[in-house]
Amino acid sequence: MSITIHDLRKSEGSYLPGSASCPGCGATIAFRIASRILGPNTVYVIPACCFSIIQSPYPRSAISAPILNFAFAAAAAAASGVQRAYKFLGKDVNVVVWAGDGGTVDIGIQALSGAAERGENIIYICYDNEAYMNTGIQRSGATPIKAITKTTPMGKQEMPKDMPMIVAAHRVPYVATASVGYPFDLANKLEKAKRIKGFRYIQIFSPCPPGWDFPVEKTAEIGKLAVDTYFWPLYEIEEGKLRVTIKPRKKPLKEFIRMQRRFEFLKDEEIEEMEKLVMEKWNFLLHLERSERVF
Amino acid sequence: MELEVLILIPVSKPRRGATGETGLWRVERPIIDEGKCIKCWICWLYCPEEVISEGQSGFPVIDLSFCKGCGVCANVCPAKAIKMVRE
Repeated sequence: MSITIHDLRKSEGSYLPGSASCPGCGATIAFRIASRILGPNTVYVIPACCFSIIQSPYPRSAISAPILNFAFAAAAAAASGVQRAYKFLGKDVNVVVWAGDGGTVDIGIQALSGAAERGENIIYICYDNEAYMNTGIQRSGATPIKAITKTTPMGKQEMPKDMPMIVAAHRVPYVATASVGYPFDLANKLEKAKRIKGFRYIQIFSPCPPGWDFPVEKTAEIGKLAVDTYFWPLYEIEEGKLRVTIKPRKKPLKEFIRMQRRFEFLKDEEIEEMEKLVMEKWNFLLHLERSERVF
Repeated sequence: MELEVLILIPVSKPRRGATGETGLWRVERPIIDEGKCIKCWICWLYCPEEVISEGQSGFPVIDLSFCKGCGVCANVCPAKAIKMVRE
């Protein structure tokens, strides 16, 4: 049973208009869809990230769900505590961590790894805008190779961490990647995650117009192109079994790269090189899909 | 059961327009052509600001007091029914 636009329109979201997000923000699109699937019986734990800005300044909030704002490094630990407190009170509540890529991949990784290892009953959602955006676009562990940020003015030289695979290696029940460009795929994955007990991890690719330097109206288009060029493959790992959920016809990576000014110094040979890396990853995923268990 | 404990931590209250009238940020205004609109609600799905709702005529209506004018709706519209016009 897959989710349609009518299901999403009927359900109630937790996002109120007039927040502090930048125009064309990809993370708010992700949050709007996620809050509709997760429903009103949800508590969010938000560490320092773009979303703690988007929530708007005290004493107002643009999100109508209960939120616990927490320190950068401890989002998953705080969520574990919240979940156990609700369990003690005898309430069944979805506890969701809504963190950026810096708070997941770099600063929050030990708390995340600990919670995954303990098998806490929480959903960890990382909206991945591939740098520290609200502090002024500094590189993070999720920034792709060759991308320009304020701290890598000549382009990043290292490969990003493969975070979904790192979490999957903890043998958690559910790990998935999603993109803002494929909202129904995102909604279906969240719906599935909601029904599973245990530690669940979803990483959402959310384009950032000021950080990646592309025209604001292209947010959804970039999110879709990233999947269509195999730059951001969409897959899920359920109980160790990997499945690639969207297999689009391959578009040249150049289309995706040339839309963003963070890749503006890339030469055609370098794009070819990146294309090779992207295809390597895609073929590896297809290979994993054929095997019985990944982890 | 109501909590009787005095809350000492700062708590924000949710409301529309928490950052003020974000419509003032807008450079371009989206205009919906109801003749072309096929009511697929894709614009509503992708609107980052949740300002699109169903009007009395059944067509999408944009709340211009909060619309930041990003133009994502015009870009994703399959019927090309939304036009961005300079304010």
